[in-house]
Amino acid sequence: MSGFHCYDIFAIPMQAWFGQLLLGLINGAFYAMLSLGLAVIFGMLNVINFAHGAQYMMGAFAAWLLLGILDVPFWASLVLAPIIVGLFGVVLERLLLKRIYHLDHLYGFLLTFGLALVIEGLFQWKWGSSGAPYPSPIAGGWNLGFMYLPKYRGFVVVAALAICLATWFAIERTRLGAYLRAATENPTLVRAFGINVPRLITITYGVGVGLAALAGVLAAPIQQVSALMGTNLVLVVFAVVVIGGMGSIMGSIVTGFSLGLVEGLTKVCYPPGSNTVIFVVMALVLLVKPAGLFGQTK
Amino acid sequence: MVEPLLKVAGLQAWYGESHILHGVDFEIGRGELVTLLGRNGAGKTTTLRAIMGIVGKRRGSVTFEGRETVGHPSNQIARLGIAYCPEERGIFSSLSVEENLLLPPVVKPGGLSLEDIYRLFPNLEERRRSQGTKLSGGEQQMLAIGRILRTGASLLLLDEPTEGLAPVIVQRIGEIIRQLKERGFTILLVEQNFHFAATVADRHYVVEDGRVIDMVTAADVKQSLGKLQAYLGV
Repeated sequence: MSGFHCYDIFAIPMQAWFGQLLLGLINGAFYAMLSLGLAVIFGMLNVINFAHGAQYMMGAFAAWLLLGILDVPFWASLVLAPIIVGLFGVVLERLLLKRIYHLDHLYGFLLTFGLALVIEGLFQWKWGSSGAPYPSPIAGGWNLGFMYLPKYRGFVVVAALAICLATWFAIERTRLGAYLRAATENPTLVRAFGINVPRLITITYGVGVGLAALAGVLAAPIQQVSALMGTNLVLVVFAVVVIGGMGSIMGSIVTGFSLGLVEGLTKVCYPPGSNTVIFVVMALVLLVKPAGLFGQTK
Repeated sequence: MVEPLLKVAGLQAWYGESHILHGVDFEIGRGELVTLLGRNGAGKTTTLRAIMGIVGKRRGSVTFEGRETVGHPSNQIARLGIAYCPEERGIFSSLSVEENLLLPPVVKPGGLSLEDIYRLFPNLEERRRSQGTKLSGGEQQMLAIGRILRTGASLLLLDEPTEGLAPVIVQRIGEIIRQLKERGFTILLVEQNFHFAATVADRHYVVEDGRVIDMVTAADVKQSLGKLQAYLGV
């Protein structure tokens, strides 16, 4: 015990703990935003949107192209890119997804999986697979003593929290949200009350896809903008959704952030396990609570 | 009867492959309270659902205020001023009582205000923050009726509002239905409980095998009792 410092736990310096916790929080912010969009889409459309990662990538690309071609600044892209990609989602829903709602989940999964491959393939063909950098819109950082935190990363965590809470509020506390919740339960009756449910579904998909794109724009200055940036991420996000419970809004927010932290902590304690820890948690949760931590069994 | 509010002619309906309605004909005048009577599986519920446009496929004619509704989606039919209270009540569990009440959009002026509805159903006000499905069966039925009174719809389709409820609640629902008629609502009521139906309705249509086979006015119920009992198998 002679080498034990009062700031160290398990002989790991506090710097490492806090550093990884912050990184985990930033990753968690993206897990939360993406799993939130998936939960919104699944609740309303009954479709497991496997194209979510590709749509996240499209958001990053939209921002990168807007900057490169039209010189549109980051802050404008933060609004424009989700709208552009969201409209693309609306077209997908009208042309393809609406034809498969009456079929098993599996068809939605296969269709969106195929779409993801096509979209990512097209971007790879046009722009290659090596990433392009996106300049950080906020320069500088804070020296927190235990680590140097770039200001932009701090902004991402705050922005993600705000986006998540705003989405939660819109769904749980507004009239439109009540329509969504009701239509998730019994679309036929909601429609018989005079609400245009098919249009509500289209809007929901557009907004869900827009959320993925928004996360993509936020990720652009942190990661390289590349055709495959969403591929690996979406796998982790699906594990997050399974752990939180499919379709639960607050569940996906809480689980997203916490699993980011769990991953960060694992990176300190047992680095080789950091890539798999989320899937281990998923397996354990499935064993104990198959509907997920926040999911409701029907 | 001058111009009927609702006129159903030769209405046929299908669920998937099964042909349920084989040509239903009847009409309701403005302000009338009319019931559809018949045995289980006769096609009463399907008739309501077909008027609302929520069956698999429908053919024939359903005109409301002279406008044809067959061929239009249910959300447009609702906006003409027809409101539906389903047999299973359709209370949303993810919505509070008040959110359930406020869910159906107002389609026309002249509906009841939220205060009016709470005056009619005081229990609902007490429990407005509760989850909709946490209410008792009777309260859920009142919620299901209450929420369609706000919309300004002039025709109410009520599917077995007394099913599975205690006699005292059935009595209360009867009072409410009479009050609604006094307020000028036109009501099409599906009922298994003939004694209940007889106390509230102006006329009764008898449905059998997906067709309307007879009509009895309230005045004739007494002398037609034998015939009605034969139809209903009671």
